[in-house]
Order: sequence, then structure tokens, then C-alpha cells
Amino acid sequence: MADTTMAYADSDPHHVRGALEYSGPASKRIVTGYGFWIFILSDMVMFSAFFATYAVLLGQTAGGPGGRQLFDLPNVAIETGFLLASSFTCGLATIAADARNKFWFQISMAVTCLLGLAFLTIEGREFASLVARGAGPTRSAFLSAFFTLVGCHGLHVSGGILWLLTMMAQVFAKGFRADIQRRILCFALFWHALDIIWIAVFTVVYLLGSAA
Amino acid sequence: MLGKLNWSAIPIDQPIPMITSAVVALGILVILAWVVVKGHMPYLWEEWITSVDHKRIGVMYILLAAVMLLRGFADAIMMRGQQAFALHSQGYLPPEHFNQIFSAHGTIMIFFVAMPFVIGLMNLVVPLQLGVRDVAFPTLNSVGFWLTATGALLVNISLVIGEFARTGWLPYPPLSELTYSPGVGVDYYLWSLEISGVGTLVAGINLVTTVLKLRTRGMTLLRMPMFCWTTLASNLLIVAAFPILTATLAMLILDRYFGFHFFTNEAGGNMMMFMNLIWAWGHPEVYILILPAFGVFSEVVSTFSGKPLFGYRSMVLATMAICVISFMVWLHHFFTMGAGPDVNAIFGIASMIIAVPTGVKIYNWLFTMYGGRVRFATPMLWSIGFMVTFIIGGLTGVLVAVPPADFLLHNSLFLVAHFHNVIIGGVLFGAFAGYTYWFPKAFGFRLHEGFGKAAFWFWLIGFYVAFMPLYAVGMLGMTRRMQHYDVPEWRPWLMLAAFGAVLILIGIVFQVLQLVVSIRQRDELRDRTGDPWHGRSLEWATASPPPVFNFAIPPVVRGEDAYWAMKTHARRQDLEKHEPEYEDIEMPRNSPTGFVCAFFATVMGFALIWHIWWMVAAGLVGAFATFVAFAWRDHDEYVIPAAEVARVDRANLAERRAILGAAGSA
Amino acid sequence: MNILDPQGPIGAADKTILIDSVAIMLAIVLPTIAAIFAFAFWFRASNTRARYRPDWEYSGRIELVVWSIPALTVILLGGVAWIGSHQLDPATPVEGTGSPVRIQVVSLDWKWLFIYPDQRIATVNTLTVPAGAALRFELTSGSVMNAFFIPQFGSMIYTMNGMVTRLHLRADNEGDYQGLSSHFSGDGFPDMLFDVHVISPLAFPDWVAKTARSDQVLNAESYGKLARQTVERTKPAFRLDDPRLFDAIATQMIPPGPGPKLTSEAAQSYIGASDAR
Repeated sequence: MADTTMAYADSDPHHVRGALEYSGPASKRIVTGYGFWIFILSDMVMFSAFFATYAVLLGQTAGGPGGRQLFDLPNVAIETGFLLASSFTCGLATIAADARNKFWFQISMAVTCLLGLAFLTIEGREFASLVARGAGPTRSAFLSAFFTLVGCHGLHVSGGILWLLTMMAQVFAKGFRADIQRRILCFALFWHALDIIWIAVFTVVYLLGSAA
Repeated sequence: MLGKLNWSAIPIDQPIPMITSAVVALGILVILAWVVVKGHMPYLWEEWITSVDHKRIGVMYILLAAVMLLRGFADAIMMRGQQAFALHSQGYLPPEHFNQIFSAHGTIMIFFVAMPFVIGLMNLVVPLQLGVRDVAFPTLNSVGFWLTATGALLVNISLVIGEFARTGWLPYPPLSELTYSPGVGVDYYLWSLEISGVGTLVAGINLVTTVLKLRTRGMTLLRMPMFCWTTLASNLLIVAAFPILTATLAMLILDRYFGFHFFTNEAGGNMMMFMNLIWAWGHPEVYILILPAFGVFSEVVSTFSGKPLFGYRSMVLATMAICVISFMVWLHHFFTMGAGPDVNAIFGIASMIIAVPTGVKIYNWLFTMYGGRVRFATPMLWSIGFMVTFIIGGLTGVLVAVPPADFLLHNSLFLVAHFHNVIIGGVLFGAFAGYTYWFPKAFGFRLHEGFGKAAFWFWLIGFYVAFMPLYAVGMLGMTRRMQHYDVPEWRPWLMLAAFGAVLILIGIVFQVLQLVVSIRQRDELRDRTGDPWHGRSLEWATASPPPVFNFAIPPVVRGEDAYWAMKTHARRQDLEKHEPEYEDIEMPRNSPTGFVCAFFATVMGFALIWHIWWMVAAGLVGAFATFVAFAWRDHDEYVIPAAEVARVDRANLAERRAILGAAGSA
Repeated sequence: MNILDPQGPIGAADKTILIDSVAIMLAIVLPTIAAIFAFAFWFRASNTRARYRPDWEYSGRIELVVWSIPALTVILLGGVAWIGSHQLDPATPVEGTGSPVRIQVVSLDWKWLFIYPDQRIATVNTLTVPAGAALRFELTSGSVMNAFFIPQFGSMIYTMNGMVTRLHLRADNEGDYQGLSSHFSGDGFPDMLFDVHVISPLAFPDWVAKTARSDQVLNAESYGKLARQTVERTKPAFRLDDPRLFDAIATQMIPPGPGPKLTSEAAQSYIGASDAR
């Protein structure tokens, strides 16, 4: 099972043997995962900038509607449920990939895709209804910030789905080759990171925005 | 069909951009024709354009920086010329044109000269110093470079199709909003930087992962050369700061393209938010630039003093302290926005605190020279010039970090002199030192020493003559970015500054001459040992230029200054007697992914600027298709058989032994 | 416009801090620069008298000194910064003789409008103030960001649309001075110089009275003309009907000034901005 989990470069992952034995460059899988984590951290910094902007512009409704008038919490709960469930099925896909089981991998990924699309559909409907009510992003600075923050997350999910479909195609065409496994690892990290961001979004934007 | 683009976008009524573009276009055509006719195209395509080798990519970054330095400097000398004459007069540059020139000057110098130069040096050198074969993600490295080149290309296209931003190098709203900048200039700026920002972020991720996860055996973090530490700090800053730039420019794009209200005057937009966000990126950015330069100086000063770097651990601590504190000082760029005394004072004090580790570094370089045998080769001249010049720039920096002083000096030419003092004296001198120092490693022959020294003296003296008067005229109340003025007292200083710019021009001419002459005389200047400066770190253990795999056998490191230890050890052992066991080496295949992706990015960027929506969609599809094609590769590596590795290595070692053996112990 | 020749207490205090800070730092910087030249010269490779110590790379004592020198300098300057920032905050009132003069400043493209709400007058590109009186500035912008700066009187402050910044100055000596905008604001920016006349406090009421007899009135309509993107070559004076004009500008009841007109049809934005007003 050594190559199906995060294999360490040597048998002393915490370097207890000391400086003399620093054993050289890490394996490809570790390097790839590490680099992708760094990318995710950078993406979180980008989201932080949008969060900070949202916080500053929270009260700038230009005489228009604010969060309390606009947010539909039950709706948000449903789409959150879909997204969190998709993270679970993505986890199943990762396990299937580790076990090199093409059938369960494709099924799990397909379900993840459907759940992600469900999330996007609900979000898209929410945006459309806001625009129809005259509460689109050009109405006020608050709404600009809202649409951008939530929309940026939605764009990431959309990109993720495109990536998901590509991974399904890759596994279908070429099986569980080492480089494809590394990409699946990165995809899974990305998908779970989107979940983490969403938790921040629905807490800061929707829950706090609808509170008294 | 073509969005906002039509023939009126070409500024036929403005002679300067028309003539410049014609000359540049002609030059490009001539070079391209020569390349094709002489049959060099296959070589260029296979060995350079599609290369994923960090050494080649590093060289291309530096070449991009050098070419853009000429463009940025042309802007500078035009500005100095205008200001030398524009007393009670409109000079020769009308406001619309002058305003584009200073905006382009700053944008190009920061994003397309300084950044590529330091990233190029880091790319070229760090894997060699770490004793490994390449960076963590070689193909991604190529993508990063070509996206940066895309940004540079878009900025230059703005010279002849449309216009550039007229807001300064940071597009403060509301001036940069659609209401007050309705043309395409700001859009050129925004898309050019969004695209090249992706490239920079990619380089940042690559180098952080390389330094933290790819070092040769035995090289713990505290045994890395100082340049690798500064690379780590600088790239951590890139990863943490560039996403803020991406987000902020995206918000301005949304304002301009879709009528959002992030920074507009009306509907609740907040221009102060832009200031905070952009400088939260902008301040770390200048440390991203200076830290690698500090690394270069650490290498150069210790090599040319014949001593290890003084206080290595202290330097590491200072570097990481600078890395962290650089995120806590951004408000000092707008003390005069009226944040109040507590906020101003706190940020002022934080800005001064960052001068402590910087001062420590200067003293440690000083004490590296102490007890050494200092050789004044060109890289060392740049380093000493840097130390003196940067201290002065640091002094003026700490001065404007005191809010009441800043209330008089903000946005004046004093400020302009300060930041050029530290950027030229720090970043550019470091870049030139690194360029001269590592040129033999990259190309196998040294640069001509005489021209190098001449270039240094003209740059150094030219810098002082160009910028010390600007300190003076800033104290006389002159503010920056003035296309003309009515205060006679300012003129003598501005004329002196223009003369200084001419001296720098001569320095640049010498640098160009140096390159041409060195190429012509490359046989006399050949570096046969791979160690022309008697170096201390692992890059000097390889041949010049190194083979594609860098090291035939990954070196094992037992202490700091790994190569110096090896040489001492080898000398005592009377040079290595037995041959190592050679093995097959896997190297990443070259790939056109970077170039093709950048091509689509250029198409997309141009289309976005001119609102040609179908072309945007086509570019997007093309970029995605490129990535899928890349992902579909079955063979991403090729093998160099052990026999070939052995052959290359034996040849290099034989050459080295012949020279070192003949010279006795060095 | 020499900042080293201040004509008021704020400018003088700013200058003192400037000079003192430079002096403190030079005390460190000059010996350091001297040491750089000295070490480089003495330890040059051709100097056989210098002792070569190829393994000397650490000294605890030197490290202590090397960290302490910048740290102590920074502590000293930090104190200067803290105290100075509080004493010289632009919004801190200044004492003066006679009654303070309230001046409301609006930066426009590309000119300065000075409104004297208590005197019911307004001037463009000329600021006339009595010597020795406390000057209370309230500033805003009619369009883009600018910065109000009279170098010989002291601190500058940004002007921003929809917001009011505050600045307090005092001019101690009679005479003619100049001010400018110190934040780039577009094509006409270099023409945003303005004259500052500091006159005797006895002559000030006469000047006010004369200006109030101007035949030009500043109201929303004439303000609208001023707000268009032009450079102002004359220096008109107005009488002010509504003292709340500044508030209307600062709260955006009078919307911000228009931008440039595009010369070609094709250069117009394809989508067009839809602003909520």
C-alpha cells in the first residue's frame, strides 16, 4: 500500500535522525501535493482580499437593500448541503483511486459533479432573482462585494467541475497512472478547499448578514 | 465584430510612438528574418522556446528584463528631458502623452524589468545551489515565464494600438474608473498585469516548493547558501501578496467592465479601500524585489572576500524578519490620507522596525569583508556601490516613515528620489552584480571586465547626478508627475538630473558593448573550470555551462559553503581519485505548453481590452485545450543513459583537473 | 515653496522633526559608510599587511552591537514618530490670534475652489488669509483624489469625493506664497497651482467685503460650470449665496464632476456603465 498513500521519502518522516541524515529531494507525489497546497494557500489569500472588501463595504447599500432583505437562508442551507455532500463523494472517489477501482471512481466523481452542478444551479438562480429584483451588483458597493465574493467561489466551483470532467476522461482513457493519481490528489485538495471557503462564505456573508 | 477596435486606435498624429513602433517592428522583422534564413529556428524552438530547463528559462527571464530595461529607460530619459525644459512651457510632450510615459515607465520597470530579473536569477541559480536537477515544476516554470512575456507584450502593443494608462503605475480610483479614464489605457494595464501576475504566482509556488522540498542530501535548511534563503523569503512573499493584487485589479476590472461599485465615487464605492488593498500587495512587492538582491550580495561579498558570510544565522533571522514585517507596514504609503495619529504612528514605527534587520545585513556584509582578501572584480564593485547607496536610500526611507516628515514630503520628488535610491541602488545593482557573477556559469565565458567596470562607474555616478538633485527639488516643494511647472528655482536641479540620466545612458551603452565584445572574445574569456571566481557554493562545482542534468551524481553536503568544503577536502585528498557510479538520469521533456498557453493568453488579453468577446471565448477555449493536451501526454520524461552521463562528466572533470592541476593549489 | 523655509508653526514643527531625524540617522550612517570604504580598502587582496582570517565568520559581541545600533536608532526615532504624529496630526486644531477662519476646500478638475462659509465668499485658485489666525480647513473633492499642499505652511492632506478631511494651519508672516496639488489627478494636474496671500488681520475684513461685492455668484449652477474638466487660467472670486454648498458637495447631493468626453464614437464603452444614483 506504500504507493497509494502519501508515501514519505524515507522511513524517518520527522527527521529524528537529525541533520546529518537529511536524505535529499522528496518524492514526486510529495512535491506535487506540497506545491498544490501552496497554491491553495495563495488562493485563500485572494479570497481574504474579497472577504476584507466585503467587510468594509457591508454597510454601503446606497439606500438599497442589505443582506437582511435579500438572503434566503433555507436556500443557502440546501446548497450548502449539496456542496458538503459533494466533498464526501469526492472523498469516496479518492479512496476508489487509491484502490485503483475505476468503476467506483467514475461513479463517485459523477455524483460529485452532479452535486456541484446542483450547488451552482441554486446559486445561479439566487443571483438571477437578485438581479431581477433590482439588487444586482451594479446597485451598490455592498452588492458588488457580495456578488464578487460569492461569485468568485462559484467560478472556482465551475472551474473545478471542468477539471473533474477532465479527470474522469483521463482515468477512462489511461487508467490510474502515477501522474494521473497525482492530479487526482490535487483535484481532491482543490475541491475540499472550496468547501472550506464556502463555510467561511456562508458564515460571514449569509449567517452574519441575516442576523439582527 | 472587432469590439471597440478600429483604425482610429493607431495614433498616427503622434510622431514619437509611430516612429518608435516602426523602428522596433523593423528590428524584430530583421532579427526574425536572420534567424529563419540562417536556419536557427529549429534550434530556438527546441532548445529555448519549448525548454523547461530552469537554466534556459532563467536566461530568458533576464533577457526579457534587459530588453524592457531599454524601453523603461527610454521613458525615463524622455521624462527627464521634458522636465528639464518645461518651465513656463509645454515642453515637447503634451500632457496626454507625458502621463502615459510616466505610467508606462513605472509599470515596466517594476513588473517587466525588476521582477523578471530577480526571478530569472533565482531560476538560474537556485537548483544549482541546492544540488538538484531542476525546480519542482519545470513545465509550470515555462508557463510562468511565457505569461510574464505576454504581459510585457501587451504593454508594448499599447504604444501603437490604443493608449496606455494615464494614472501612474498604480491606477488609483476614481481617476482609473471608467468615468475619468474612459479609454483603453487602464484596461491594457489591468489585463497585462492580471496575466503576468499569474505567471509570477506560478514562479512563486515553484521556488517555494523547490527550496523546501528539493535539496540535495545533507543540505539542511541551515546549510543552504544565503541566496536560497532570500529566494525562499521572497517567494513566500510572492505567494502571500500577489493574490491580493489579482483580487484588487479584478475589482477594478469589474467596476470598469460591468459597472460594479467597489471604488467608484457613487453608490458607496470606497477609494480608500483600493489604497489599502493595493499597498497591502505593493509593500511586500518591494521586498520581493530587494530580498533576492540581498542574496546576491551575500554570495558576491563572501566569494570576493575569500571568507564565509559573517553571521549566517543572524542573516537568516534578519531575512525572515524582513519577510514577516513587510506585511505590516503598508499604510506608510498614504499617511496623508488622514487615518489619525495612532494609526499613522503605529505604521510609522513598524516601518522603522524593518530597518533593523536591514541594517544588520549591511553590518554583516561589512564584517564579511573584515579579515578577508577583497578582490574588486565588477560584481564586487556593484556590491560596494550598493552598500553605500542603499544606506542613503534607507535613511531617506526611515525619514519619510516619520509621519510629520511625510506630511511635507509625500508624493514629492524627494519620495521619487528615495524609492529610486533603493530600487536602483538595491535591486538593479544587485541584478547587475548577479548578472556579471553568474554569466560565466550560464554561458561558459566571462564578461569583459573593462567594459563592466566602465559601466559600473557611469551607472554609479550617473545615479547620484540624476537623483540627488531630485531630493533637493523635492525639498523645494516640487511634486511628482508634473508635465510642466512655473517655479524657476526648480529648473537647475531638473537640468542636472537630466544630465545624470545621460550618464546612466552611457553606462547602459557600455553594458551593451560589454555583451557584444564578450561574445566576440568568448574564447579568450572562456571559463574552463566552471569556477572562475573561486566560489563557495555548489553551482561552481558544475561545468560552465552545466550539463542539462546539472550534477552527474547528486552531491552530498556536510556543512555550509558546500563547495568550498569540497575543494578544501579534495585538495587535502589530492583530488578525487576514484570514479563514481553513474546511473541513468530522467529529465523532463521540453514542451510547447508554456508558449502556446501564452499565445492564447495574449489573444485573450487583447480581446478583453478591446471588448472583442468572441475572441475572448476562443482564447479561453484554446488555453483550456492546451492544458488538456499537456495533461494527455504519455511521455513527459526522457532518459539520459548512464554512459552518456559518464561521458559528459568525465570530459568536464578532465578539463577541470588539467587547469587546477597545472595551477597547483589555488 | 521651500519646505525648509516654513512660514507657520506646523511647517516649522514638521521641519524640525525632519532635520532632527536626519541628524540622528547621519550619526550612524556616516561612520558606517566610512567603515565600508575603510574595510574594503584595507582588506584589499593586494594589501599584504592586512591579516587574512579565512575562518572568522561569527562574533557574539559584534552581533550584539550590530543588532543594537539599528534597534536603538529605531527606538529613538519611533518616539519622535509617536509624539510627532500626535502633536502634528492634521486634524488637531492650532492656536491663533483673532478669530479662526473656516475655509472649505474643494479640489476640482483642474482647479481649487476655496469657500469661506462664514464670510459668504468663494475664490478659485487664490487663498487669502489673515496672518496669525488659526485656519480651519475642511476639504473634499469634486471628482478624483487630490492633495492640498502649501509647502511653506506645513502638512498636506488628501481630498476625496464623498468625504471630508480636516487640516489646521497657521500662517505667521504676511506675504505671497504658493500651494499645489500633490496627488496626480489627470491631464490638467500641473496647472493646479494656487496663490496664497497672507495679509494683515486688519486688512482681512476689507478684502472679504470687497470680494463679497463680486458680481459672480457661486451656486449649484456656477459650481457645475467649474466642475467641468478645464484648466482655470483666471482667478475668479464669487459671493456665496448658500453656505451649505460645501456640505452638498461633500455628501454627493451635488454629484461628482464629469470625466472627459471621448473624441471618437468607437472609443465609447461597449457595455456602458450603469451607475446607481
